[in-house]
Amino acid sequence: MTTKLMGQKVQRVEDQRLLRGLGRYVDDVAVEQDVLHCAVLRSPHAHARIVDIDVEAVLDVEGVHAVFTWEDLASCTPQMAEPLPLLIPHPALTHGRTQYALAKDEVNYVGEAIVFVVADDRYVAEDAVGRIRVDYELLPPVVGIDAARAARTLVHEDVPGNVGARLEQHVGDAPAAIARAPHRLELDLTVERSACMPLEGRGTVARWDPDLNRLQVWTSTQSSTGVRAAVAVKMGLDLGQVDVITPDVGGGFGVKINHPWPEELLVPMAAKALGRTVKFTEDRREHFISAAHERGQVQHIEVGFDDDGRLLGLDVEFWHDHGAYTPYGLIVPIITSTQLLGPYKPQNYRVVFESIYTNTVMVTPYRGAGRPQGCYAMERTMDAIAAYLGKDRTEVRAANFIQPDEFPFDQGLIFQDGRELEYDSGDYPAMLEKIKALVGWDEFPAFQAEMAALGRRVGIGLACYVEGTGVGPYEGAHVHVETSGKVKVATGLTTQGQGHATVFAQLVADELGVKFEDVEVVTGDTRRMPYAVGTFASRAAVMSGSAIHLAAKRAKEKALKIAAEALEADEKDLQIVDGVVSVKGSPGTSIDLGTVSVLSNPLRYAFDEASKAATQFSVGDPGKPPVPEDDEPGLEGKDFYSPERATFASGMHAVIVETDPETAEITILKYAVVHDCGHLINPMIVEGQIHGGVAQGVGGALYERMAYDESGQLLNASFMDFLMPYVTEVPDGIDIDHLETPSPLNPLGIKGAGEAGVIPSAAVFAAAIEDAEGIVITAMPISPSELYALRLENS
Amino acid sequence: MKPAPFDYRRPATLAEAVAALAGEPNAKVLAGGQSLVPLLSMRLAAPAMLVDINGIPGLDAIEVVTDDGVGGVRVGALARHAAVLASPEVRRVQPLVSLALANVAHATIRNRGTTVGSIVHADAAAEMPVVLSLLAGSLDVEGPGGRRTIPASELYLGPLESSVGHDEIAVSAYFPALAPGAGVAFEEIARRHGDYALVGAAALVDGDSVRVGYLSVSDVPTVVDLSGVADDDLGEAALAQLDPAADIHASAAYRAQLVRVLTGRVVRSARAFAEEGT
Repeated sequence: MTTKLMGQKVQRVEDQRLLRGLGRYVDDVAVEQDVLHCAVLRSPHAHARIVDIDVEAVLDVEGVHAVFTWEDLASCTPQMAEPLPLLIPHPALTHGRTQYALAKDEVNYVGEAIVFVVADDRYVAEDAVGRIRVDYELLPPVVGIDAARAARTLVHEDVPGNVGARLEQHVGDAPAAIARAPHRLELDLTVERSACMPLEGRGTVARWDPDLNRLQVWTSTQSSTGVRAAVAVKMGLDLGQVDVITPDVGGGFGVKINHPWPEELLVPMAAKALGRTVKFTEDRREHFISAAHERGQVQHIEVGFDDDGRLLGLDVEFWHDHGAYTPYGLIVPIITSTQLLGPYKPQNYRVVFESIYTNTVMVTPYRGAGRPQGCYAMERTMDAIAAYLGKDRTEVRAANFIQPDEFPFDQGLIFQDGRELEYDSGDYPAMLEKIKALVGWDEFPAFQAEMAALGRRVGIGLACYVEGTGVGPYEGAHVHVETSGKVKVATGLTTQGQGHATVFAQLVADELGVKFEDVEVVTGDTRRMPYAVGTFASRAAVMSGSAIHLAAKRAKEKALKIAAEALEADEKDLQIVDGVVSVKGSPGTSIDLGTVSVLSNPLRYAFDEASKAATQFSVGDPGKPPVPEDDEPGLEGKDFYSPERATFASGMHAVIVETDPETAEITILKYAVVHDCGHLINPMIVEGQIHGGVAQGVGGALYERMAYDESGQLLNASFMDFLMPYVTEVPDGIDIDHLETPSPLNPLGIKGAGEAGVIPSAAVFAAAIEDAEGIVITAMPISPSELYALRLENS
Repeated sequence: MKPAPFDYRRPATLAEAVAALAGEPNAKVLAGGQSLVPLLSMRLAAPAMLVDINGIPGLDAIEVVTDDGVGGVRVGALARHAAVLASPEVRRVQPLVSLALANVAHATIRNRGTTVGSIVHADAAAEMPVVLSLLAGSLDVEGPGGRRTIPASELYLGPLESSVGHDEIAVSAYFPALAPGAGVAFEEIARRHGDYALVGAAALVDGDSVRVGYLSVSDVPTVVDLSGVADDDLGEAALAQLDPAADIHASAAYRAQLVRVLTGRVVRSARAFAEEGT
């Protein structure tokens, strides 16, 4: 019997290809062809009215093929000249605004697209952009949450107070409970912006085929079906005329779930208009100033609690900076406001947020998607309560945990998917014991005293989170056994390096009973699976993994039925091992799955040995139709998975840091993670996700920020000044332990793991630095320069 | 991020290179390209011509000089940082050059970037201009009028501005040898490994003479004489002659603190070097 691959550290099938530079990304598409390239004139001002655009100097430049401004968009379709879609509307988003593919009358951030140039190559396109003259009437920019709230000037003149949305949710009566509580605290916290920063930026290639009357688009996205629908609608094409193919993607982390980007429409439009293959490859500066950022929030928290630190009421108000536009609706602040609760039950909770406009790059989900800010708010509150009561920080947390016997636990709120925030499973007390043991929590005070005697400062921090993963609505899968016995699997969501081709093949190998190396997985190609949602919200394993499992099961059922007939055996007595169907206990009586595939498809014509065996003269009972009623030719299985609600993964991180008493440099001495994503499909891949998440978390907590000046210029729009950590800045080793509380919501008992590693970083580093320094930390990220300033203030 | 159009020349001799520069006032010399090429790609610089000197033989020499009374090392214009860093001769004759080079960017950049190019680029955040200044070295340049030697004290005019003429090519840099019994040290603090320093300091202690050079503190490489200053007062004495500025990575007050801390550290370390000989 073959060993089950579920739970095994199976080596990634992607690595040889990706690590040897053999990956095929959007920019690698159509390289041998006569492709046209694009450049975009982007606003140099954060807020301005466009008075005039003069493209005269460009029109006769050699090598320039087309120049598009907003006025040219309507010549494609009227809807191309309309604002871009607001992807996820919400009743509370009373003043949602999206940009045009090319700015119409006004620009609202430095980087907003104004003119699109198509030329022989990118050099010529950039030369042309440099010759275009735009007259601007400057308007006062709104930069930062304080300026937006003050609303002395407005980003959009028809959005009063710069408030796009205000949403309140509550359970019980938090203000009253706080008023009655024996102890009360207030906290004011801030988190600054960062960004996904995938190494591959945005990119799109499009080709119009006049013979097939069909558009093909390659784009670096997290939702090829979403881009397909958007392109079809905007270009006035039938969905069936548009294929979207997502090849290898060099990182997404959320920014590529927003769609369509202006260029994802402009490139297909130009390709069809010019009858040429057109390519846009974003450069790094463009990614900084015209993709998306996240994280910026200001939070005010009031909390009431008893002598044990048990929450009696929690009242949270926060302001979420969503930048100039709201294409992705309120997803990020809704997640902050709901996932803030983590593993705790506050009894009475009220949360209200305002999602506000600023003249900066727009905000859409970045790995964690609002959870890091929520975790930060809650965990800073837990630390503040512990400090106030003089209690151990882990005791205060334990006093507030939802207990293992309380699942499913309904938090009484509405989550980002519009469903109840109901946790399916977890064991937070057991997890706390694991993280304490892993980091050496109880031994730490002795170590801290020992180091203090040497003049060294060390501190420890801990943070807990719960993450709603695997949100719907659905994903599907198609499993096809070819006559060679090879298995082709297609699922529609996209892949940006997670190892889908490995884990999905593990699931198919296990369920269908074939060799792992005989399974090939295709993702993100609308020709192979036109119904799909996308890769975000830590959902790929849960959603497509479950769908693939179910589809493989269907293929197996069909294989057994055909094999039973061929072997004249009972289906119940059959097994499939390594691609061979055999009668249990009678190994001689067997048939290859490839042969079963041959039998499944009666042919009229023969063209090779396999098809000779499948002609209508050799297959089946002559007394019955070649394809039985209620059946289809081919050995295939197709199924969809659509869960009732999200499944809730959880985790706890702890870190020990050292701060230099002279230079305020912050060094990580130990980083520990306990993680629960239900059953593990591939522990190595889960650990890789944690490593990557922690690395990004270190960046967000200690290095990265978007340094806007008061005029709305991004001062650090390069990898020289935006301090994404190198491998030298992330911990040498991360201690990881797993807990597996299976989800009851899907057939595999799994939960998502993609985003987890990044969620608690701001919280856990703030706690550890606070512990090392004895200074309350309320603003993250924190640099040595800022820590030094805090020391001066507190001395 | 594609450069504006430019003419490209790749002369085979120094004379041809000088002639090419003389014929185009808006030309730039390309050696390692680690600073110039990003500036071109971001269109922050748009020279009409690049004169690529990588085809000129003999410019990559690293030589020990013994016949000038003091002794020292001469580093040719095409000597890569990595080659200079790997040279045991350089380490023996003037260890400060090696100590500082270990802090220059990352290995891949050191493999292409040249030490002389960094000196000519005149970035006050770079290591090698400060080292040349502290050691009172010099730069040899070749122009239409022949060769001349610019002392380090006359090399730096302002931010990214040196006294090398637009029609001149830097041929080599000269670092005087470490005197017997003298000591050196280098330390910098950067946000990330290999980044430009928030503050860096190099010390040269020779008998009673204590001099410290700073990077990322002023807009030109700056050397301060701290001879005779009591150990506890070194940082404040240095700050009395410096005016650190703020940027997005560090406040002025934090830079001042780093000047205090690093001044003490490098002077102590250079003294220990002088005593122990390494």
